[in-house]
Amino acid sequence: MEGWDPNTKSTLTQIPLLSTKAGPRDGALWTQRLKEEYKALITYTQMNKSNDNDWFRISASNPEGTRWTGKCWYVYNLLKYEFDLQFDIPITYPSTAPELELPQLDGKTHKMYRGGKICLTVHFKPLWAKNCPRFGIAHALCLGLAPWLAAEIPILVDSGMIKHKDDASTSTES
Amino acid sequence: MEVEIKQLLADLQSLDQSLPDPSLHASLHKIQSRVEHLANLVKAEPVRRSKVQDMSTEVVDSNPYSRLMALQRMGIVENYERIRDFSIAIVGVGGVGSVAAEMLTRCGIGRLLLYDYDKVELANMNRLFFRPDQVGMTKTDAAVETLSDINPDVVLESYTLNITTVEGFETFMSSLKNKSFRPSKQGSGVDLVLSCVDNYEARMAVNQACNELSQTWLESGVSEDAVSGHIQLLIPGETACFACAPPLVVASGVDERTLKREGVCAASLPTTMGVIAGLLVQNTLKFLLGFGQVSPYLGYNSLKDFFPTMQMKPNPQCSNVACLTRQEEYALAKPERDAAAKAKLEAELPTEEGPLHDDNEWNISVVDDSEPEGLDTRSSDALPEGLTHELPTADAFQKLPTDAPVTDNDDLEDLRKQLEAINSA
Repeated sequence: MEGWDPNTKSTLTQIPLLSTKAGPRDGALWTQRLKEEYKALITYTQMNKSNDNDWFRISASNPEGTRWTGKCWYVYNLLKYEFDLQFDIPITYPSTAPELELPQLDGKTHKMYRGGKICLTVHFKPLWAKNCPRFGIAHALCLGLAPWLAAEIPILVDSGMIKHKDDASTSTES
Repeated sequence: MEVEIKQLLADLQSLDQSLPDPSLHASLHKIQSRVEHLANLVKAEPVRRSKVQDMSTEVVDSNPYSRLMALQRMGIVENYERIRDFSIAIVGVGGVGSVAAEMLTRCGIGRLLLYDYDKVELANMNRLFFRPDQVGMTKTDAAVETLSDINPDVVLESYTLNITTVEGFETFMSSLKNKSFRPSKQGSGVDLVLSCVDNYEARMAVNQACNELSQTWLESGVSEDAVSGHIQLLIPGETACFACAPPLVVASGVDERTLKREGVCAASLPTTMGVIAGLLVQNTLKFLLGFGQVSPYLGYNSLKDFFPTMQMKPNPQCSNVACLTRQEEYALAKPERDAAAKAKLEAELPTEEGPLHDDNEWNISVVDDSEPEGLDTRSSDALPEGLTHELPTADAFQKLPTDAPVTDNDDLEDLRKQLEAINSA
């Protein structure tokens, strides 16, 4: 964890850790794991809101809790850039981390795999593997997605690959 | 068309003979040769070969299996035609998987099951098998198109899905279990699973399925820098599973600000991929047809043309529950295995032909050193008197202290609603 900025570190320590090692095929144990996931997400979202650092919405889109959809956004040069966020819980979860997808950015950056899966190999996967099963969805967002957005969005905006929605609409009107 | 061209050639011939002016002969010959070329082009137009009932050993140009059946005559394979009974599942139809599929198709494999969720892209054209005109098709569809043309005898099943998702994995498992191709087969419905995927998640999913089904599989991989690769044989319970030795994870502690674009685009070469596919299918054929030795692990370092081999035993503390179950089964089956090995040995040496040496003045005897396992560990554990190990030995699986079995009374639905409430606040 050396090298991470103190802010991320202190946020991370406040997200509750999970304890049940169970994936979507583990029946009742998965339900238990899902409860822990919810608790961690609730705490993390609340914490972000009270720190004026709200940056995502995520909720399960099926009753089994294996598919999650929502939004995430990043503020750059006082403009807010918002993206769809989605992922599946892999059957080997939590041994393998969820592959976070930003489908709208597919093909716009090479720090991404097919289908808009963001690249987590270097900065996140090792942490996830070391902390299995204590890390959950909330940790993946905090340590996987947040740094990715912080690194990629400014470059994508500066290079003109993505446009702010207001700019986009004015340019199409004119 | 062929007939018309023939006629045209005959007309030119007669014109050539009846032509009085010899100066025109040169240009006429030119026309003739061009028509002949056309005739050849017409002949080369695609013809689909029909299915073949039995593999014949007859050596004629029209027999697609003559060179394969010759393996029997050469004493390499006892019964090549058995290959038509076998089913192979290929997970990942990319640089390695597609070439492996073509090799097996050309070998006349009975049935191929192909799994991939990707589409063919122009970026794939530095590798073998796929053609530019297939860009945009799913890899499975494009593969079936080409493979059924090459050998219509092979039964092809294609699955366009992601095996790491819950639904994808269920379909994957049930397709492996399906025994309609050869109902008499023991175990699952396939003889071998070939993992030709390019990521850790998918490998773990194949590992999970094969551990649960007790299905032998071969894993393959090519490094991101395209200059090395490996294949590995995984027999659940007997050899290390993919989760037994997790990849060395090094938390590199990257600052998010330094997380700049080195690019995640992996390099690839048709050569390395071809070599790995070749090694993979060669070992598949050896496994299926029972010749030679199947390598438990074979590496390929192309920079030095170095091919390391090694063997890995399963990890008694493997994190995969199904792997531990298979390990237990394998340990319990040891007496049977020993008996079978003994019977085989005795069958090979039917008659004891008197003593090898008449006298043995020095009482020299040959000691069996094949299974030193049990003894070896104990002797290395033995410590001089007065010394003890600081840490417990890992012989018995140490149960992790479960963090007080969490039996909270939270309701999942309540928690879901709580999150929704915060989300919409």
